[in-house]
Amino acid sequence: MSALADLLSWILLGAGSFFLVVGAIGLVRMPDVFTRMHATSVSETLGVGFILGGLMIQGGFTLVTFKLVCLFVLLFLTAPVASHAIARAAMADGVEPILDGPEIDARDGDDLPPLGFTKKVTTAIDASDAEASASVIVEDETVNTGEKR
Amino acid sequence: MMFVVTMAAVLISLALATFRALAGPNVFDRVLAGNFVGTLAILFLAVLGFLNGRPEFLDVGLVYAFLNITGTYAVLKFFRYGALGGEAPPREQEETREGVSGVHK
Repeated sequence: MSALADLLSWILLGAGSFFLVVGAIGLVRMPDVFTRMHATSVSETLGVGFILGGLMIQGGFTLVTFKLVCLFVLLFLTAPVASHAIARAAMADGVEPILDGPEIDARDGDDLPPLGFTKKVTTAIDASDAEASASVIVEDETVNTGEKR
Repeated sequence: MMFVVTMAAVLISLALATFRALAGPNVFDRVLAGNFVGTLAILFLAVLGFLNGRPEFLDVGLVYAFLNITGTYAVLKFFRYGALGGEAPPREQEETREGVSGVHK
């Protein structure tokens, strides 16, 4: 094992440890189940990826590295699926996500998706004027006033 | 050695995730923390093998990964439908259904 490979492996292990602890701190400190899920996703992708990458460099071209690759692919496929299942179950059970801004009842008696997807934004395209082509017109003005839809 | 630092990070994360699993307000926080504990167990096994110089426990890690996703789905399905097998009671309507999380209006 050359010194360069050792150095690269240690950098990867250090970065993975950092993201793992950051995600765990986010799991404790975040206010909501959805934001906590956002924090653990950091650990389960970046932390696991960096740590297993560092272990792969330490393993060399052996069966151990092949097993680590299998483990990485498996975790990389199943962790977002589990997060999506938890988020979907929480939404179906009625856990309200904490939305920024005024208190708006997002699930008020209809089957529409929660607020944030219903804002109507129309982009005005003016071919003659290049500056006006980037202007954005917000049609639905009640979105920003805090009233119900 | 760098494996000791990685092992310390895994153990710190395990302690924080255990706190969230014990203190989570509703069941989905606990399921999320349990899923994270499972991921940390896989990392613990992998790093422990390299720390002892015998990285032979990775098969156990693979089995743990499968058990992790299966267990998460089983718990979520149980709390969604109230049963795991074919004798599930008929689902009630979404509006009148009483959730398990206790955060309903």
